[in-house]
Amino acid sequence: MTITEKILAAHAGRKEVSPGELINARVDLILANDITAPIAIREFGKIGAEKVFDPARVAFVPDHFAPQKDIKAAEQCRMLRLFSRDQGLELYFEVGRMGVEHALLPEQGHVVPGDLVIGADSHTCTYGALGAFSTGVGSTDVAASMATGECWFKVPESMKFIYYGSLGRWVGGKDLILHTIGDIGVDGALYRAMEFEGEVVRALPMAGRLTMCNMAIEAGGKSGIIVPDETTEAYVKGRAKREYTLYSSDPDAEYVDIREYDCTKIEPLVACPHLPSNVRPARELADTAIDQVVIGSCTNGRIEDLREAAEVIGGRKVNPNLRMIVIPATQAVYKQALKEGLIEIFIDADAVVSTPTCGPCLGGHMGILAKGERAVATTNRNFVGRMGHPESEVYLSNPAVAAATAVLGRIGLPDELGL
Amino acid sequence: MLIRGRTWRFGSDIDTDAIIPARYLNTSDPVELAKHVMEDADPEFPGKVKSGDIIVADKNFGCGSSREHAPIAIKAAGIQAVVAKSFARIFYRNAFNIGLPIFESPEASEKIQEGDEIEIDADSGLIRNLTRNEEYRARPIPPFMQELIKAGGLVEWTRRKIETA
Repeated sequence: MTITEKILAAHAGRKEVSPGELINARVDLILANDITAPIAIREFGKIGAEKVFDPARVAFVPDHFAPQKDIKAAEQCRMLRLFSRDQGLELYFEVGRMGVEHALLPEQGHVVPGDLVIGADSHTCTYGALGAFSTGVGSTDVAASMATGECWFKVPESMKFIYYGSLGRWVGGKDLILHTIGDIGVDGALYRAMEFEGEVVRALPMAGRLTMCNMAIEAGGKSGIIVPDETTEAYVKGRAKREYTLYSSDPDAEYVDIREYDCTKIEPLVACPHLPSNVRPARELADTAIDQVVIGSCTNGRIEDLREAAEVIGGRKVNPNLRMIVIPATQAVYKQALKEGLIEIFIDADAVVSTPTCGPCLGGHMGILAKGERAVATTNRNFVGRMGHPESEVYLSNPAVAAATAVLGRIGLPDELGL
Repeated sequence: MLIRGRTWRFGSDIDTDAIIPARYLNTSDPVELAKHVMEDADPEFPGKVKSGDIIVADKNFGCGSSREHAPIAIKAAGIQAVVAKSFARIFYRNAFNIGLPIFESPEASEKIQEGDEIEIDADSGLIRNLTRNEEYRARPIPPFMQELIKAGGLVEWTRRKIETA
């Protein structure tokens, strides 16, 4: 069996499961945010259950339109607050403690290897980087699971992606996953689990692995997953709030497709409007003028991402024709960035630094685009209207390319700054 | 159950941001959401669509965000069903969970033109194009999903399950 099948079997109380089977499985953690929880709360009320199955296993993170951007958003956030109090939820993260959910929960040790996690947010697939099965579902799924502690799943087929060779300078997890999505398309892994492996993945730090699994959904994947190793254990030790189990795929595990990529050939990439699969080398886009750069999100808002951006900015200034917005994904990331002097580098460069929020990534607040404007963002989606006006454009890149773009005022590479 | 209505055509990879842009997600009120349904795919759509209409799209309909607001907006706008070559996974799940009938049919997706009048037999999966006098087959709905539909959605299914436990 694959690691995915083993985790699902264990949670369904079965010895084995095979792709295509429908199973009912126990969930270790259920997650919702200020956009999706209000519907889940409403539907939970209709089910007639009085209490959630376990107040230690339901996490509410108001991060999308929080800090509350307007009255309606404030009312949605209040629903989460009141429900959390009423139900005694242990994992409610008020503004001040909250961060972007998929950065926050692994960082705080609330997701551990071997877990089965569902979240009413499509980027829940991020936690596969820890060797967990995690997938996005809808609000009604969350409502039902809050009541029963279980969820129904179709066991997915698995696709294997093997990354070999070595990574060039300024190439990271973001470029690997963009390259992959560019190869298979936005529905290339539809309904499937994407298992990432190979020497490049084994050498990749946890931040890059989280970025890769985060964007599995952008290829239509049900989940992304990486078999845990020493890097995973080093990350989890000292954080894990629960006991964990390390699963791996059997040598004779079955895959519907196996793809191999020579990473030595992969250069910094950009996904152009309006699909994450519309991938081109950043160097080919040097004449693309940009109005705004956003560095942050569940994809690339971790400390490693801010370090990379700060290294490129150095003592330089943001181009006067452009706005740069930096959003540390969690309070811990923010504090660490302060300690390391990264925030000072950004402010001295005339960038703005925000409190953690999903904000502009989904066109919520904190940097919305006007008609005709273009942004380079380290986020995950570049759909029509994603960051604002339906006639605005989003280009997706890694933090180094985004930072170089901020200095140059057009899409560019750190190499152009002599780095 | 027979579903009959006039069709509206959409292309491939219609994402949930196009179905209901995030700028309207500070509410989950179905009536409010319906006012903006498909707005970023076709700004005039909310004004054109009539109760009882059917959406027909190409592959990967509903990709992107997990927002249940997307099928809710479609349903609240009076759209009876969505037919597509394929659906993104979370949208597929959400549609069944909230009781929006959806049908996977590559053949119907290729042949139906905007404005065609179609009739879907939800039980057999037979799609009849009344305008062109053609018939297409939708992929069979897995038994568990049929059970969900019969129960009236996941909430009702779960409520009964808890009651009988």
